[in-house]
Amino acid sequence: MSIAATQKRSFSAILWDYLTTVDHKKVAHLYLFGGGFFFLLGGLEALIIRIQLIKPMNDFISAGFYNEMFTMHGTTMIFLAAMPLILALMNAAMPLQIGARDVAFPFLNALGVWLFIFGGILLNMSWFLGGAPDAGWTSYVPLATDSATHGVDFYVLGLQIAGAGTLMSGINFLATIINMRAPGMTYMRMPLFTWTTFITSVLILFAFPALTIGLFLLMFDRMFGSAFFNAALGGNAIIWEHLFWIFGHPEVYILILPIFGIFSEIFATFSKKRLFGYTAMVFATMLIAFLGFMVWAHHMFTVGLGAMANSIFAVATMAIAVPTGIKIFNWLATMWGGSIKINSAMLWSLGFIPTFTIGGMTGVMLGSAVADYQYHDTYFVVAHFHYVIVGGTVFGIFAGLHYWWPKMFGRILNETLGKWTFWVFFFGFHFTFFVQHFLGLMGMPRRYWVFLNDQELDLGNFISTIGAFLMGVGVIMFLWNVIATAVKGEKAEADPWDGRTLEWSIPSPPPFYNFKQVPLVRGLDALWIEKTEGNKQMTPGEPLDDIHMPNGSILPFIMSLGFFIAGIGFIYQVDHKLWYIVLYGGMALALGTMVVRSLKDDLGFYVKKEELEREAK
Amino acid sequence: MKGWMGKFRALFILGVLALVLTGCGKENLTAFVPKGYGAESSMKLIILSIVVMTFVFLSVMIIYTIVLFRFREKKGQEDYIPKQVEGNKTLETIWTVIPIILVFVLAIPTVIATFDLADVSGAAEEGAISVDVTGNQYWWHFEYQGEEIQTSQDMYIPVGEKVYLNMISSDVIHSFWVPTIAGKMDVNVENTNQMYIEAYEEGVYWGKCAELCGPSHSLMDFKVVAVSPEEYEQWVADMQSVDPEEEPQDAVAVEGKELFEANNCMTCHAIGSTGSNVAPNLTNFGNRTKVAGFMEMTPENLADWIQDPEKFKPGNNMTGTYPDVSKEDAEKIAEYLMQLKHTEITPDVAGN
Repeated sequence: MSIAATQKRSFSAILWDYLTTVDHKKVAHLYLFGGGFFFLLGGLEALIIRIQLIKPMNDFISAGFYNEMFTMHGTTMIFLAAMPLILALMNAAMPLQIGARDVAFPFLNALGVWLFIFGGILLNMSWFLGGAPDAGWTSYVPLATDSATHGVDFYVLGLQIAGAGTLMSGINFLATIINMRAPGMTYMRMPLFTWTTFITSVLILFAFPALTIGLFLLMFDRMFGSAFFNAALGGNAIIWEHLFWIFGHPEVYILILPIFGIFSEIFATFSKKRLFGYTAMVFATMLIAFLGFMVWAHHMFTVGLGAMANSIFAVATMAIAVPTGIKIFNWLATMWGGSIKINSAMLWSLGFIPTFTIGGMTGVMLGSAVADYQYHDTYFVVAHFHYVIVGGTVFGIFAGLHYWWPKMFGRILNETLGKWTFWVFFFGFHFTFFVQHFLGLMGMPRRYWVFLNDQELDLGNFISTIGAFLMGVGVIMFLWNVIATAVKGEKAEADPWDGRTLEWSIPSPPPFYNFKQVPLVRGLDALWIEKTEGNKQMTPGEPLDDIHMPNGSILPFIMSLGFFIAGIGFIYQVDHKLWYIVLYGGMALALGTMVVRSLKDDLGFYVKKEELEREAK
Repeated sequence: MKGWMGKFRALFILGVLALVLTGCGKENLTAFVPKGYGAESSMKLIILSIVVMTFVFLSVMIIYTIVLFRFREKKGQEDYIPKQVEGNKTLETIWTVIPIILVFVLAIPTVIATFDLADVSGAAEEGAISVDVTGNQYWWHFEYQGEEIQTSQDMYIPVGEKVYLNMISSDVIHSFWVPTIAGKMDVNVENTNQMYIEAYEEGVYWGKCAELCGPSHSLMDFKVVAVSPEEYEQWVADMQSVDPEEEPQDAVAVEGKELFEANNCMTCHAIGSTGSNVAPNLTNFGNRTKVAGFMEMTPENLADWIQDPEKFKPGNNMTGTYPDVSKEDAEKIAEYLMQLKHTEITPDVAGN
């Protein structure tokens, strides 16, 4: 939405617009604002962790509070920052890339974003209500079942609600990509970001149910007296670890595969070359996704699963290096022989290659089970997953934001500030995490509230803390950039980057119906093909006609609010039976909204042909 | 955009500098200088994987550098359209096959080492030393099978012999890690995990808990004291002949013993190989390396600990299980405990 247009409308009108929107572009904005907020919160938690570890035996925060801090840092960054920010980019770009007017189920899309927002709020309310969860983002039992405060209950309900939203988005994207591609766009003509969105959605579809089940069992154990994980009563604590990682390992591929898609778009665009080895890239992505389900137990090498299990999972883990290597070399080959233009989006992408290669290297090293007996649960692992999640996912989100910001908001982010942000963040990042590889092998386990005097861990930790603050400065610069751009940024044309895919064939920002006429796709890089043949725009794939669009609705918001209220009821009913009123009230609100939605026909509306013709003049 | 490579080089130099400055870590804590069988197996694989991966990293970085130097957009050629290459079968085959070979290079030794370290069949042999290890919030208990020896926090082992550990937890999941001797293994709630450790040199090795187990997870330290086989045999003999009722020599300690009994400390703490083990066994306490696993071994620290353990180890299970102890009384109890020295085989013998 352009700023000029919004200034004419009152604040309440804009608010109502966002509360009721089912437009994928505005849903993308909501994911971006929500995810961005939680990213800042998670970053703040990270800084507090690093201040605590700036010197040995520090007493900046207490032991219990420290455990809450890193638990919430991990949980927030994974579920409430990285995932939503990726969903923001998927929502913003994917429907445009396939020439669709919206996603397949716009109502479900809105429901997904509100479930995420309410789940995130519920989880973070724990800070003010007796203490946040303190058993780590992995929430291993029996530590999680024994935890005395309501923190872990907030974790269970918050993630259950937010996770339901993610699962819906995954299903929605699958339906969208299968059914709503423009005429001529076969599967093997889809842009790589669309491909990775598709494959990621498959991962979501199969991985999230494992989390859902795990969370339900944990909820029953904590709130309703069951003993699924209680060894003394015949349960089994290791089952939680399996359930968590059967979800958790595909989850890291959910975080990285879409990012691979983003980089594939950016390297091709700014090298002015088509993606090298497109087919190999698609199949490498599929192979990573498939193998991603076969390796969860490499998080559990030290659990005592036995030599056979450890060996199988070790070899499977190392095998993932092969398709990942294919990708890295294909990106390099894409740039080889190209005409490389380096701007902010490209800087983040170029910074990604060495960083992620290091993260991948340490990943293979961790896959060697016996070596992992030393790395496991130390700062080596902390360094490794930050190299892939920050060096991959966060770099990719920044790259994607710079790349698609013009399409999302109609303005181009400031290049000077963008480059400064990159350099400060990039250096801060390597300062923070490179040294942690060594700290781990020097005998510093992760999740340590303090490290002792005289263990020669002081300097490494100090460097790490300084680096973390540099990263903080980088993030503040990006925020400044966003505000400066909103106030007086350069207006973007339809195609500011000389793009190759369909999103660059329509105005920035696009009209709410995206494509006046759905384009005809004649090959990979559809827009580029038209450009090389001298065409100014896409050939329409249909005559100009009325456009059918969905109506906005407040129901997704109310439904999510209902689940949120019910969540509070679930958490507190263990304290007093009266809380059942809140539980049932919330469920009634949510289910009642579903009944309304089911019984009330909402056929949407038509944008008339005459109106579209008038706009064209 | 000039100086891009300069910046990268600066980063690299800083990284190396940081590495040199921090060194390889503290002796007998770091995994970089292995002095035991498991740690050595791991280190071999760590080195092998670093060598293989450095080869991959350099290949990527060389191509990357060439790309960035040769294929930048040239001034005045902004409209140049490069050839649109679809792919190259030969190249793509090369960068698929070589990584597969590299994976095999790494996978085969990994599998061999994994089976080697998991082989605990030697535990059944005559004369093998087996220790039952129990992880507790936030301390470690060691019971020597067939020897009637119990101790906590400091585990004595003979150099050059495999010591088999049967590990289980009494509360939440812990993980047993002595970086310089062996990699870690989890200490689970529902099953006994078996591993073995073997130290090559005498010494006092740092042990850490490596699985989050509560607020004082970072303070759940222990030690493995490796002594010569003869010294170990003497230690075993001494530990077996401990008389828990033995009266201390001086008057203060005698008073301390009375207070120890009056405050019902034995409800949880045992001296000798029988009695309760819900709290650390205090046999040979005077020879411990640390108070509570991480504080310097002084009577003052011990007295402070007795008065208010919560202050030092948040969330521990000792807090609140006994009435307040005055400073004077705490000092007397500390005096008694510091005199509990049941053997000549101390950490000093191991070269502490």
